Amino acid sequence: MSAVPENLKYSEDHEWVKIEDNVAIIGITMHAAESLGDIVYIDVDSLGKDLKQFEKFGEIESVKAVSDLFVPVSGKVVEINEELTNNPEYVNEDCYEKGWIIKLEVENSNDLEKLLGSSDYEKII
Amino acid sequence: MTNFPYIPSTEDDKQQMLKTIGVNSFEELLIDVPKKHLQPTLNLKEALSEQELTEFFQLLSNNNFSSKTITSYMGGGAYNHYIPSTVKAMIQRGEFLTSYTPYQPEASQGTLQVGFEFQSMIAQLFDMEVCNAGMYDGPTALAEAALMACRIKRNNNVIIHESVSEKTLDVLRSYSKWQDINLFRYNDVNLQDDNEYGCLLVQSPNYIGEIEDVEKLAEEIHNRNGLIIQHTYPISLGMLKPPGQLNVDISTAEGQPLGVPVSFGGPFIGILTCKKEFIRQLPGRIIGQTVDKNNKISYALTLQTREQHIRRESATSNICTSTQLIGLMVAVYLATMGPEGIKSIAETCYHRAHYFAEKLNNIEGLTLISDNFFNEFVIESEIDLSKINKILQENNIEGGIDISDKKSKKILFAVTELNSPEIINKTINILGGEND
Amino acid sequence: MINKEMPLLMDQSKKGRKAIKLPELGVEKSELPNSKFLRKDISLPEVGQLDLIRYFTNLSSLNYSIDTNFYPLGSCTMKYNPKINEQIASMPGFAASHPNQNDEKVQGNLRLMFELQEELGEITGLPGVSLAPLAGAQGEYAGLLIAREYHKKNNQNNRNIALIPDSAHGTNPASASMAGLQAVTIKTTNEGDIDLDDLKDKVNENVCVLMLTLPSTLGLFEPNILEITKVIHDNGGLVYADGANLNALLGVTKFGDLGIDICHSNLHKTFSTPHGGGGPGSGPVMVAKYLESFLPYPHIKKEGNEYKQYKPENTVGRLNGFYGSFGILVRAYAYIRSLGKAGLKEISESAIINANYIQEKLKNDYKLTSSRYCMHETVLSASQQKEDGVKAIDIAKKLLDEGFHAPTMYFPLIVDEALMIEPTESESKETIDRFIDAMIMISELSKSNPKEIIDAPVNLPVERLDEAQAARNPVLIWAKK
Repeated sequence: MSAVPENLKYSEDHEWVKIEDNVAIIGITMHAAESLGDIVYIDVDSLGKDLKQFEKFGEIESVKAVSDLFVPVSGKVVEINEELTNNPEYVNEDCYEKGWIIKLEVENSNDLEKLLGSSDYEKII
Repeated sequence: MTNFPYIPSTEDDKQQMLKTIGVNSFEELLIDVPKKHLQPTLNLKEALSEQELTEFFQLLSNNNFSSKTITSYMGGGAYNHYIPSTVKAMIQRGEFLTSYTPYQPEASQGTLQVGFEFQSMIAQLFDMEVCNAGMYDGPTALAEAALMACRIKRNNNVIIHESVSEKTLDVLRSYSKWQDINLFRYNDVNLQDDNEYGCLLVQSPNYIGEIEDVEKLAEEIHNRNGLIIQHTYPISLGMLKPPGQLNVDISTAEGQPLGVPVSFGGPFIGILTCKKEFIRQLPGRIIGQTVDKNNKISYALTLQTREQHIRRESATSNICTSTQLIGLMVAVYLATMGPEGIKSIAETCYHRAHYFAEKLNNIEGLTLISDNFFNEFVIESEIDLSKINKILQENNIEGGIDISDKKSKKILFAVTELNSPEIINKTINILGGEND
Repeated sequence: MINKEMPLLMDQSKKGRKAIKLPELGVEKSELPNSKFLRKDISLPEVGQLDLIRYFTNLSSLNYSIDTNFYPLGSCTMKYNPKINEQIASMPGFAASHPNQNDEKVQGNLRLMFELQEELGEITGLPGVSLAPLAGAQGEYAGLLIAREYHKKNNQNNRNIALIPDSAHGTNPASASMAGLQAVTIKTTNEGDIDLDDLKDKVNENVCVLMLTLPSTLGLFEPNILEITKVIHDNGGLVYADGANLNALLGVTKFGDLGIDICHSNLHKTFSTPHGGGGPGSGPVMVAKYLESFLPYPHIKKEGNEYKQYKPENTVGRLNGFYGSFGILVRAYAYIRSLGKAGLKEISESAIINANYIQEKLKNDYKLTSSRYCMHETVLSASQQKEDGVKAIDIAKKLLDEGFHAPTMYFPLIVDEALMIEPTESESKETIDRFIDAMIMISELSKSNPKEIIDAPVNLPVERLDEAQAARNPVLIWAKK
């Protein structure tokens, strides 16, 4: 797995997003997972909520750090990756597949224009 | 030459070190301190030798009535219980006494395993799912529990039952004042309406010793989507149904009765237990079991992201102590007592208190007004309380607490296993009553 | 040290064993409460007395402690805890005195508290002293409550901002939140001094208080302290000093003289009361004369020859059940009286010389955060060692193997790979030299054999722990296997 897959879009807060049929799948990047260290807990309390782009949707914790999570695009949170409740380590092991965090119904696809492509994201990490 | 036993550097050591540093005098190291405020006069007393120190403090100690009392009936939040020799022996061990917070688990397994024992035994005594490693004292534990419930329920309306002591309530006021928390008295709230509340605080046995129907109160507040918090007297749990069997969500207590001297009110330890689902909102230190690199069972501070050193202004609390040493005393106490011991102590407290209360009730001018009490009860008096206190004091007995109000003269008595049957009978005699 | 696992008490428990014989009831039994209030069974360990003593004694031997090891633990002031103070605190007149007794029955206690108030007021130059706070964090909170109530009384309830340097201890912003204050971060320089331009930018009519640590968390004395307090006062705010580092200032300078309005002091640091593996502490709060009426209650005063508790007129309220950590106050006052004026000055002098000596001796092996003289502690960076793959935490663990407790690591947050070293005045030059040798040895080893450092500790009862597992699947109480 590449550290920064080319087919994704990135926020400056180190979230990635993949759009599939108007649904955005969102997680944190490998760079973010590595700098946090061993992820122990993911707290998302925004299921069913309408969030604006870059609004906070939850928190992610490692042993000795905690970080806010922000949605890279606006929309309604429709699904949470419940596997992570018992297996938060998926975020460390496979942050772009098994370690996805939420799914969201995209409100406005223009939001993507404010995000970074893989090469631009690579420059900021 | 060194003048102070706690400072080993000799004049020669200091000169050598200053030379290595590259300065001629200590003052050169203080270059950043404003000149006009450097080395001000300190108007303090001169040093005492160890012997003089002991004599001086003995004098102060002798100036307290407690240095000569033969028994005490004083409770009201702090209780005299027998402290086993095992507790006194273990607290003197320097390896416990003089160690630091166990941030380096490899060098602190002793402290950590004791803390885990504390959490385990308290959880068993309270029959609650989880427990932290300790808070400052009972009242602050209850105040933090109320704030915790408000965070969990995202509702800042707190109902306070009449059973909670005024002192504890004062602490809650200081803790909640600037956090937009609304405090309501239970009797002023109509739980029949549709309003929702964050939590209901109840103390049982209550501040005058009576046992409350916590289960009923739990149902009332659960119907309003709030949590029930029970503040309790841990010794009573040797006999009374524990919070975990009363549908309680969070339970707190003053841990002092479990092997800790009353010591003029501190240091004590606050007990804070809860259901497991609330653990992320639990303030304070928590010790967890894990393994080391060789798969050996070991212990470490855990869930630290809740705490101030990581989450800073968003932390669950600013607390950064677990009152660990007092936790050691409690752990050794509970392990010494075991299930039979704690049951026996609770029953002794209960029956001796009821015996004493009945005998006092038979004395002319004194009336027992408590009904369903554990070991603390209220006597209404037609006799001037200062007379009662004077005669007890002359016999080196510490009486109860004067809780008179405008309507009547009242005393709150507490009885524990330290009040022997002989002493109780003697007290009754002194007050003009008859005993068996 | 014992190297095998010690089973928990519940796993050693055997029905019928006892560790104590208790007295008989001795009176007739009374009627029990309604059965719905009664407990059926209770589960606690059952062990014999010897096994119990052996268990806890063996556990104690797994710990590092001041009585056994040197703790160069920055900002924690791990000094010797004199044995006489323990003996004094357990005198029956103190230990058995009940906090609900009337004032006339506890004159000894009240006198002790009054005299300690006076001495702490003189040491800090802030004469209004409350001994009520149960720890540094509670002292801090009390200080902020005082600032809030003061502004409220002056009809300035709008003041809801706490200015806090980015190098501050985590309790500062956490306490500010509890007091309903918005924490606004002030930048500091590379050396941890307050950035005056940033301070002047951010100070305004809504500032309640500036919270600063003096000496700073980098162990340096803030050279612009007089200008800083003036800037805040000119804008109507108050200055709060976190007294965590007071061990550097005894007889060196007084908070009150520098324009500081409120401070706290950790008695378990500067005044030698035992840390106890993480408490109990005590954190008295000290204020300037004009703030005295806002102190928490109960507060102690002297009238004629009598000592009395009272409630100050504008009090911020009650912080705990009774008077504070009284047993700790006894120990702290015994410490102050056994050192006296000359001894207290000697403490800071010796602590500062020791710290500068270490800084000087280690400057070739570790990167210093400042070229200035430090106060009672020095902050080094392991940034050079990191290039060889050895981080601050690895150095800390290797020190454990060498018999020294680790320094404070990764704090202050503004220093990369921080190692904060505070020797205190308690250690002899010989011990300090051994520590310096160990630090230099580790630095050399980081080049020659970094793996040995990364694998450390190997000489302790356990090796590095799986802290991720502890947090992912929390096991917090004993469970039947």
